[in-house]
Amino acid sequence: MKHLNGFFSLVLLAFASTGHAASGKLLATPGVSQVEGSAGGGIVPWAQLAGYASDNEIAINGFCSRADVSDYSLDVCGAQVNFYDRVELSYAEQRFEVPVLNTDIEQSITSAKVRVYGDIVYSKWPQLSLGVQHKSLDDGSIANLLGAKDTSGTDIYLAASKLHLGALAGYNWFWNTTFRYSDANQLGLLGFGGADSDKEVLFEASTAVFLTHQLAVGVEYREKSNNLGLGEQDWQDVFIAWFPNKHVSVTVAWLDLGRIAGADDQTGWYLSVTGYW
Amino acid sequence: MMKRLFILVCCITFLGCAGKSNDTVYQQIGGQQGIESLVDSFINQIGRDADILPYFKQTNVAHFRQGFIIHLCSVTNGPCEYQGDNMVDIHTGMHITEKDFNRVVELLINAMDEQQIPQTVQNKILSRLAPLRPEVINI
Repeated sequence: MKHLNGFFSLVLLAFASTGHAASGKLLATPGVSQVEGSAGGGIVPWAQLAGYASDNEIAINGFCSRADVSDYSLDVCGAQVNFYDRVELSYAEQRFEVPVLNTDIEQSITSAKVRVYGDIVYSKWPQLSLGVQHKSLDDGSIANLLGAKDTSGTDIYLAASKLHLGALAGYNWFWNTTFRYSDANQLGLLGFGGADSDKEVLFEASTAVFLTHQLAVGVEYREKSNNLGLGEQDWQDVFIAWFPNKHVSVTVAWLDLGRIAGADDQTGWYLSVTGYW
Repeated sequence: MMKRLFILVCCITFLGCAGKSNDTVYQQIGGQQGIESLVDSFINQIGRDADILPYFKQTNVAHFRQGFIIHLCSVTNGPCEYQGDNMVDIHTGMHITEKDFNRVVELLINAMDEQQIPQTVQNKILSRLAPLRPEVINI
């Protein structure tokens, strides 16, 4: 987590210069923080930019998440800065624990997202954003051992999202779809690419219903490539996100991550907390 | 399992769209009297908000109250037709930001909460007012 402190300092400096917390978006509309550090759900980056900044504000957020599945666990902490609801910059560090090998795999992810069109609440067509996530393993020995081509890689994605007011029997309905161009193996934790595989376009989607102003329940899906021949499977989750106010959100999810590095049926719990300034 | 759940949620969505109640939103918020109480709550919310109140410095509150009552009656399919000043004329020169527009939406939500208007009815009202945003902000 060595770079994270530096990023947080930068973020706090930016915060000091803006004076007060951003609050220009409606409650819950920024979404939460996904495992690679971008604003999104749990596993899918969404078209929304992180935090409550509207077009004349800067927002700063920090988050930590933990996923505990049958044979592994993943800890992520990160931060995001949103400039005028146009550009999102984020940095996250992941620590993937592999108890059976008595080892941790660490990866850092630097990301940017640009809002290309629209607003998830108000525009006629869905909000559209273009994002990039650059990932780099601290130590690529396991990735190399498994036959990965690289120990760092860059994903590019296009996300579209929309909140439909009152659309689901009067409840607000949210959806997001993301197309990602990537060769990452298990987010990049097992390296990038494989013996005879190139980058490909992968489909991701989320949908949720707001039961109250503060509470959303939803599902997510993330298509995965299988570059290493280890039977990597698509990811899915069911989540509940709680937004008690514009300063914090808490997300709990049930994960089904399929087969990871030869171990089947990786299911378990996910908890994520984001703080917003 | 989750793929099925995903499909289920999508199906419910479309069923939800089909299964609309016969009552107008106007009836669901208690008709003329409900709307008057809501607008009074909303005016109180504005009066207590230091960021939004300045926009109403030049406003005749009685005129605003009457106009918004008829406007709400009309967008909720009540027996009225809004024939007041158009949105662009009212808001030109006010330079309302995205942030302050959303703040006003929140004040309206607070007022609807105060009047114990159900979530689903609140969302319907907001969905009918939301398209007016381009006629209100940044002009």
